Amino acid sequence: MSPSTTEKEPAVPTTAIVGEKVGMTQIWDDNNRAIAVTVVRVSPARVVQLKTPDNDGYSAVQVTYGARQARTLTKPEAGHFAKAQVDPGRHLVELRIDDSSQYAVGQEIAVDIFTPGDRVDVTAVSKGKGFAGVMKRHNFKGQGASHGNHKHHRAPGSIGACATPARVFKGTKMAGQMGSQKVTTLNLEVVQADPERELLLVKGAVPGARGSVVLIRGSVKRKAR
Amino acid sequence: MNPTDLVDRASLRDDVPDFAPGDTLKVHVRVVEGTRERVQIFQGAVIRRSGSGVRETFTVRKLSFGVGVERTFPVHSPVIATIEVVTRGDVRRAKLYYLRDRTGKAAKIKEKRSVR
Repeated sequence: MSPSTTEKEPAVPTTAIVGEKVGMTQIWDDNNRAIAVTVVRVSPARVVQLKTPDNDGYSAVQVTYGARQARTLTKPEAGHFAKAQVDPGRHLVELRIDDSSQYAVGQEIAVDIFTPGDRVDVTAVSKGKGFAGVMKRHNFKGQGASHGNHKHHRAPGSIGACATPARVFKGTKMAGQMGSQKVTTLNLEVVQADPERELLLVKGAVPGARGSVVLIRGSVKRKAR
Repeated sequence: MNPTDLVDRASLRDDVPDFAPGDTLKVHVRVVEGTRERVQIFQGAVIRRSGSGVRETFTVRKLSFGVGVERTFPVHSPVIATIEVVTRGDVRRAKLYYLRDRTGKAAKIKEKRSVR
């Protein structure tokens, strides 16, 4: 994003961290009602590299978390970690934040950057459903079970007109790969942030399978109340 | 063991008595009226227990002014003040849905003779 363009700058969060989805459960709130929460394990993230507008054209922190055996690293990875003097972790993840100068290389970011009541956006790769038909992928209704129907129960039906336009429009909903794509759920409420147990509880569902890497960023649409 | 057990442990109650379908319970329910809180008793027969862990629920059926009333509670809900077991029932099913079709003497649950 060059500063010369007149386009609206994309909203960049002030805080972000990376975690792994543990699963869903429920807890009791102050009114003794059950609320569904997703549990995300957020180990302290170690800053490996800072990206600055001067140097890279945008602001971000590159972090790693967890532990990884040194022998599994490639030479370039090992050199990258050695330069930052940071223990190698599971993944290298880049977190876009509006001001990376508040962090330093080697610094640890814990889950307590969020407090209960904060609103967050959560990004992850959704569960893969494989090559799915239109009923599953686009919620088409399918066709009748009887009335002479033969082998067209889950078919899409017509996908367009005839000689005009003599083609199928781009973007027509058809069967294809479903899931296993980057999905962001906006504006979820933080219920608990526990740096001791390295856990973050977010109200509602979060994309991805159990164990998948999720990015948690401060909400870009709504600030904490 | 579930991966979320670590979180669930805080939501579980340790004062839940041992009870099963067929038992008659007195469930002391906390009711909030404006700013005041009082305890209401819901007494009836357990007709099912469903689920496990923090999500486990049970359903109590009673007859109120001739109308059958069923109320489902989460076993570990903080809304419940206490659970009192009044009688132990002798039943052959885990789900006592057949009680819904019966009234009077036919809806009576045999009491268990020996102590569990």
